[in-house]
Amino acid sequence: MKSKQKIDLVARDLTNEVHEANFIGAKMKSERRYAALGRDYADPDKLRETAGLVKQHTLEHLDKYLEQAEASFERNGAKVHFAFDEDTAKKTVLNIMNEHGCKSMVKSKSMLTEELELLHYLEDQGKEVIETDLGEFILQIDNDHPSHIVTPIVHKNRRGIAKSFEREGLGDYNDDPETITRRARAHLRQKYLDADIGLTGANFVSAESGRIVLVTNEGNARFCMAANKVHIAIVGIEKIVPTDQDLGLFLNLIGRSGTGQQLTVYNQFIGGPKLKDQPNGPEHMHVIFVDNRRTEVLASDCREILRCIRCGACLNVCPIYRQSGGHAYRSVYPGPVGAVLSPLLAGNRFPELADLPKASSLCGACNEVCPVNIPIPDLLLRLRDKAKREGAKEAMKGTPNLAMWATMCSQPTMWKAALTMGHTMNHIPTQLIPHPSAMSWQGTRKLPKFEGGEFRKWFKNRK
Amino acid sequence: MSLLHTPPNRPTGKSVQLMTTCLCDAFYSDVAKATVEILDFLGCEIELPDGQTCCGQPAFNAGDWANSRKVIRHAEKTFSGDKPIIVPSGSCAAMIFHGALLAFEKEEDLPAIKAFGERTWELVDYIVYGLGITQWPGKFDAKMTFHRSCHLRGSRSPEAVNALLTSIEGVDLQPIDEVEQCCGFGGTFSVSFPNISEKMGELKIENLTACKPDVVAAGDMGCMMHFGGMMDKQGMPYKRMHIAQVLRDSLKNAGKL
Ligand code: SF4
Repeated sequence: MKSKQKIDLVARDLTNEVHEANFIGAKMKSERRYAALGRDYADPDKLRETAGLVKQHTLEHLDKYLEQAEASFERNGAKVHFAFDEDTAKKTVLNIMNEHGCKSMVKSKSMLTEELELLHYLEDQGKEVIETDLGEFILQIDNDHPSHIVTPIVHKNRRGIAKSFEREGLGDYNDDPETITRRARAHLRQKYLDADIGLTGANFVSAESGRIVLVTNEGNARFCMAANKVHIAIVGIEKIVPTDQDLGLFLNLIGRSGTGQQLTVYNQFIGGPKLKDQPNGPEHMHVIFVDNRRTEVLASDCREILRCIRCGACLNVCPIYRQSGGHAYRSVYPGPVGAVLSPLLAGNRFPELADLPKASSLCGACNEVCPVNIPIPDLLLRLRDKAKREGAKEAMKGTPNLAMWATMCSQPTMWKAALTMGHTMNHIPTQLIPHPSAMSWQGTRKLPKFEGGEFRKWFKNRK
Repeated sequence: MSLLHTPPNRPTGKSVQLMTTCLCDAFYSDVAKATVEILDFLGCEIELPDGQTCCGQPAFNAGDWANSRKVIRHAEKTFSGDKPIIVPSGSCAAMIFHGALLAFEKEEDLPAIKAFGERTWELVDYIVYGLGITQWPGKFDAKMTFHRSCHLRGSRSPEAVNALLTSIEGVDLQPIDEVEQCCGFGGTFSVSFPNISEKMGELKIENLTACKPDVVAAGDMGCMMHFGGMMDKQGMPYKRMHIAQVLRDSLKNAGKL
């Protein structure tokens, strides 16, 4: 069917293979999430509510917690940097590499580095950068980008991956997942040893203790740190939680929400560089707090989106994401969270992504699964209002004009006349129904019979 | 699994105002009649404010909040007073007690709009939690599935529907797969995202009819207009009923109406 909305067109034109990979992947994770939370907790909603409150509180006092986090990290011997924008963030990484004489970096998965396009920047500066998360490694050799924030290659299948490995000289064609993993592992082991700096993100930061928390299922983040003298943790300022104790709540939620695991396989708490008596570990730890428009989001009426712990549950449950896949969102963060966050992080490029908040039936499934109870549909609505007020064309494409309808709906005489006229003139006043372009429906749906005014008449005449 | 959006301490009592909804006003008069008949049966005194039109949701969802506020203001004036307002639609009810608050968050008349929402009930929510009726004395021999429309999230309506339907003699209420998934209506969404909307509709129809039910029921005519319209186009035989029609017909079958 014809459509003016880009995401709808991507969904229409996806190959069966990719559609199926996205759809089944998402559905499976949703089911696992539901089972894991339901099995372990009598009332998971209470946990989600509490976690949301903790995050909201932290955001509302972010200045205080950032200061506290900085002091805690320095106390632990780590060096703290603040980067206000993308450029400063990238340069800070480069400077640290140069300062320590580093040429080759191994990194673990971090959506923030995707946001900054850090990898390409460092490569342009003559550095070698290797992604060590299996999914991200595959994206790197394919020059592709993630379509999901937790399972970045959910849009790919093993046959495609086997071909890529063959092309990269990682062995003959073999699409057995275990073989693929073993080959990647063997290849990456040497890379860890050859590198001279490791970079990770952070899932959480405890302001109280100056610890970053990393959750992975592959253990690659540990290798990135263990084999190197220098560790950079690059973190969005919204990743802070007040105390270590809070982590119990979040660690219990993140695995269950994202993949249906009670706990992710590796959970690391890193509070600074290695101590004198420790046999190994990085001698230097740099923590870079990145703003990159987050304070703008904090000042907006969509600030709740900063509670996000990037679990991916809202993507998995979203019927639109399931149909369109992540790349349809044309930005680093796809799905419901992305439909809110991406246009906001785009700054003055907001109009280009103003259609993203439209890609929702406002069903609310995302809010229902979100471990930090973000009212995503409300935020999508606020952004639709913003787009309309600012006249963003991408957003309005395909949306009927409702001015006539509003006039009719606020004037009962007009309304009632339309109800009656609908009969006599034998046409359906489509302006009346919450479906102002009901005619556009007719290809695939039969419209109901018009019965305007009948009920009112009946009501008047009933005994 | 959803946190409640419904306002606390809504008025109960049997003197009520009925909001027909624009869809029932224009297309589904029998759903509105059924609503009146069951409220009558429960001994309610029903006022039908004549000036009523729509809840304002189409423009609200389209992002046209200025036009939406125009309609909501009109609705608030039309439904003045302090009686409970009963709506045979989870979607319109949620628009009034939740959506309208967003649309008015920066407006001076927010308190009036808030008070409007604090009187508004989805029909079955009102019957069960407003009037305290948990058993329905009807009879209806049918295998049934129920579409839990999305705007029943954040309310106790799904439990209420479940309680009433399963208490009706003869009703065999079957669970459906992926109950949390939207049918793809979403108002103007189905116009501007026709391809995705239709795919969602197909999946919903598949789940709703997998057990070959005699009746597919729902609490929102918006959803039903969309997926029902698809079913009709494809010539699918399943009978579709609004929950109010099921409740009313079951009373008739039991000889109580
Ligand atoms: S918005 Fe909520 S559900 Fe979505 S990724 Fe973030 S934390 Fe998870």
